[in-house]
Amino acid sequence: MTAQAALLSAQGIGKTVKSGINDLVILQEIDLSVTSGEAVAIVGASGSGKSTLLAILAGLDTPTVGSVQLDNEDVFALDEDARAQLRGRAVGFVFQSFQLLPALSALENVMLPLELAGRPDARAAAAAMLERVGLGERLGHYPKHLSGGEQQRVALARAFVVQPKLLMADEPTGSLDAAAGEAVIKLMFELNAQAGTTLVMVTHDEQLAQRCGRIVRLAGGKIVP
Amino acid sequence: MTGLAMRMLARDWRAGELRVLALALVIAVGSVTSVSFFADRVRQGLGREAHQLLGGDLLLLGDQPWKEAMSAEIARRGLAVAQSTNFISMAQSGSGDGAKSLLAGVKAVSGAYPLRGKLRVAPRLNAPDAAVAGGPQPGTAWLDERLTSALAVNPGDKVRLGNAELTVAAVLTLEPDRGANFFNIAPRLMMNAADVAATGLIQTGSRVTYQLLAAGERKEVDAYEAWARPRLERGQRIENLENARPEIRASLDRAQSFLGLTALLAAILAGVAIALATRRFVERHLDGCAVMRCMGATQGKILSLYGAEFLVLGVAACAVGCAAGFAAQELIAHWLASIIQAELPQPTVVPAVQGALVGLTLLLGFALPPLLQLKDVPAVRVIRRESGATKGSAVVAYVLGFGTLVALLLWQAGDLKLGMTVVGGFSAAVVLFIGLAWGLLRAASSSASMRFFGARNAAVRYGLANLRRHSRSNALQVASLALGLSAILLLTITRSDLINAWRQASPPDASNRFVIGIQPEQLEPLKDFFRAENASLPEVYPMVRGRLTAVNGKAVSEKDHPDERAKRLVEREFNLSFMEALPTHNEVSAGRWFDPKSRKEAEASVEEGIAKTLGLKMWDVLTYSAGGEPFTARITSLRKLRWDSMKVNFFVVTPPWVLEKAPTSYITAFRLEPGTEPLLDRMVARFPNVTVVDVSAALRQAQGIIDQVILAVQFVFLFALGAGLLVLYSALVATEDERRREAAIMRAFGASAAQVSGSQRAEFLVMGAVAGVLATCAAAAISTLLAQRVFQLDLPMNFGLWIYGPLTGIALLSLNAWLSARKVLSASPALTLREG
Ligand SMILES: Nc1ncnc2c1ncn2[C@@H]1O[C@H](COP(=O)(O)OP(=O)(O)OP(=O)(O)O)[C@@H](O)[C@H]1O
Ligand SMILES: [Mg+2]
Repeated sequence: MTAQAALLSAQGIGKTVKSGINDLVILQEIDLSVTSGEAVAIVGASGSGKSTLLAILAGLDTPTVGSVQLDNEDVFALDEDARAQLRGRAVGFVFQSFQLLPALSALENVMLPLELAGRPDARAAAAAMLERVGLGERLGHYPKHLSGGEQQRVALARAFVVQPKLLMADEPTGSLDAAAGEAVIKLMFELNAQAGTTLVMVTHDEQLAQRCGRIVRLAGGKIVP
Repeated sequence: MTGLAMRMLARDWRAGELRVLALALVIAVGSVTSVSFFADRVRQGLGREAHQLLGGDLLLLGDQPWKEAMSAEIARRGLAVAQSTNFISMAQSGSGDGAKSLLAGVKAVSGAYPLRGKLRVAPRLNAPDAAVAGGPQPGTAWLDERLTSALAVNPGDKVRLGNAELTVAAVLTLEPDRGANFFNIAPRLMMNAADVAATGLIQTGSRVTYQLLAAGERKEVDAYEAWARPRLERGQRIENLENARPEIRASLDRAQSFLGLTALLAAILAGVAIALATRRFVERHLDGCAVMRCMGATQGKILSLYGAEFLVLGVAACAVGCAAGFAAQELIAHWLASIIQAELPQPTVVPAVQGALVGLTLLLGFALPPLLQLKDVPAVRVIRRESGATKGSAVVAYVLGFGTLVALLLWQAGDLKLGMTVVGGFSAAVVLFIGLAWGLLRAASSSASMRFFGARNAAVRYGLANLRRHSRSNALQVASLALGLSAILLLTITRSDLINAWRQASPPDASNRFVIGIQPEQLEPLKDFFRAENASLPEVYPMVRGRLTAVNGKAVSEKDHPDERAKRLVEREFNLSFMEALPTHNEVSAGRWFDPKSRKEAEASVEEGIAKTLGLKMWDVLTYSAGGEPFTARITSLRKLRWDSMKVNFFVVTPPWVLEKAPTSYITAFRLEPGTEPLLDRMVARFPNVTVVDVSAALRQAQGIIDQVILAVQFVFLFALGAGLLVLYSALVATEDERRREAAIMRAFGASAAQVSGSQRAEFLVMGAVAGVLATCAAAAISTLLAQRVFQLDLPMNFGLWIYGPLTGIALLSLNAWLSARKVLSASPALTLREG
């Protein structure tokens, strides 16, 4: 633990699922602490449990054992709805498969978290955010008419528009080619720096991981040095 | 929050996610509302039409002359008023040896009679008739064909009635309130009310019925009825319609059944479409909801968001549906305007409320269960897609919704038997469809069939393998398809069968002339006559005049039978018949048809309606006096008659031996084609004693009404047809997304376009064939059941259905396979996969 208070910390996280008659251990004995403003990369081979860990850290999934503190709240002491509210307050997400709502235009996708939070200035804030990610001209376009890189930029705008304390990204470039991926990463770090957001990013790209201040390596569900 | 729900509604609407759902709601509400309106408004109008068949909008009956105040009030309200005096008396003609007499039903009418409808008269027997305004002039009488012929009078001759002598002015051929079964009651003599006193026939103790008629603006008629009802005295009443013109009532009742049924069908189908559409909506929104959960939306928020979205959509769709229903019934009313002469009562809000309730119940019952799943979507789905897929269905919620809907619809239809038939049949069909579809699909994709059909072709093999893999969701899909398809088959192919059968109930070649008074010794000559004329030989029935004198040994008296018709039947002679076999247009509804050879006990078969009116039950012993001879018979069966068949019908029938000693004459009915009238003249010349009664006007009236009503009914069919199409469409698109993704994966792995479309074709072909066959069986079964149980019609087997049905299924799914393959193949696999 550093002197500065941890924004996110996990103690003794383990996750076991039943698969047939055997128990499958996905994660075990994970301790992790992320301070405010830090950028952490979680790397590891496919199937090593990166996504599962991220989901648990964000309170999307529940661990079999262990606890997580996020923004001074004990995540798994809260019920599902309270966790959702905590996420709404403190966490932004970027996913490998973008997860934009197909029925909503780019602008509406970015407005959605603001609308859910009941912000009256949703439209203006979302438009300004899309301007910042370079999609000021594409407000009315639907996801299916945007390229993968553009979709991910909309997703970034959607994540940053609520000014979260923590951004969680799961393979943000996983579905993109090298050039588009690079552009998205550059944008993400830029926005991150400007907003002073804490970043937890899952990737299996070593080079990308190197750009984060700290690298956590997972192998077989355990943190390895 | 509601603001966001409204915005989400607008966004989903724009994306086309809600159109099927909204349309299904509009159709359900529209059909229920329009039929409800029809029941509420047009049926009342038709009921009044029947009133008009009684000669006015309102008919009051009494056994004492009406007080001045009762008729003055009618006039005070600006309504037309008329009165008639009805009694039975002997009418006489000629003198000395040529004197003839017959008991006649006398109707003495005041100047304005009839207030509605028209009498028709002919200048002499067998001459063309025409409608006339008003009734006979003072000093004259109109005799119907039977009386004219029995008294052997011609216009200009005199008839004596009590102390009065009247001049015969015309032959009365149609009296609106007497249908085609005139021969069961006394022949008519119509005269002017001014001459009643001169007959001296009405004295204290005479059995007389006094009619008071009113007609005019609906509101005032209703107001008068309300005013008059509490002022009725003993022996006075307002005529109910049950007994008026049974052949027309039969048509209207059938129309009512058809309409109720159609609305029921439309609403249930719409429910299925709503369930399918919502399921699809939910499947397409799972990801979005998971994302919202990531963004901090609580379960309650998601539920209220989509709940509000659906509620607003539902209310809007219900409003549109109500408007559509209102417009539809306006159209129906417009079409029926020519048979409904009185102005229709204004529609009330009740049908709109009923329609809206049905709509909201549908939404609650069929949309809420899948919708509830949205709130349960785990947020982790954004990372692991396979978590939180929709569950099969929330059975309890569906059952609850379905139950509520059924209760509502039964309330609306008000016909428990019809409702239960449809609901029970529908539920059984759904269960059966799913089971059969599953079994058939498994069989079609069995390894044996795979070896047989897919030996050469990898695409076919892949298609059949798909069939097997998706056997559960495909079974559901095929069942829905079969459901939609059977509704469409029912409403297109078998609908015309049903309607034809309906028209056949009163076919264009129905008899338009009745011949009565044929003597036993004239039977053979009459048959020879028809043969010589090359006319089709009509069926001849024996007729015995009899009077009911006792029931179970207890003498019947007027007091036991307060009902007017019952009174009429008790007092008067009416016609019995004897025969061995049940006539084809009769149906035994209780007991069994007697064995004509058995002489153990005298048996009688009685018409259901008259039995009800007279309070007769199975096993009662009737005593009749026929030709002065009493005879008794036990009721061993009740019969249902098709009154609209325009055939010879009898209230009471016995085996031949029971009545063999009674004086018998014969009656027959045949069709006289226009232009062959001389045949009639030749027949009358040859058999001067028989009477020919022209019922073509009554027939035309009945057929006209049937045609109009059928037109109106078909219009409501459109709603059900629309609902059926929606179910089909929803079932087709239900698995579209999944198929598209799979095809894209196949393409990504290098499958050729031909292979992709080939595998889809193979899968769809089997599904189409299965759905088509199931739908055909269902349509055939339902239509036969309906025809027999509900409409009492015989439905001929429709071979076309067995060809069109399965072919439609195959064609439809092949078309769908082709369209969806095109969609998949024209888009790049990457795009399809990315859209997820
Ligand atoms: N709910 C579950 N049930 C069964 N197995 C699971 C479940 N969740 C995760 N797993 C398994 O746990 C392992 C870790 O999964 P996870 O998605 O976290 O890996 P990952 O490191 O993100 O891999 P990738 O780099 O391929 O995305 C995998 O083998 C996965 O199949
Ligand atoms: Mg992963």
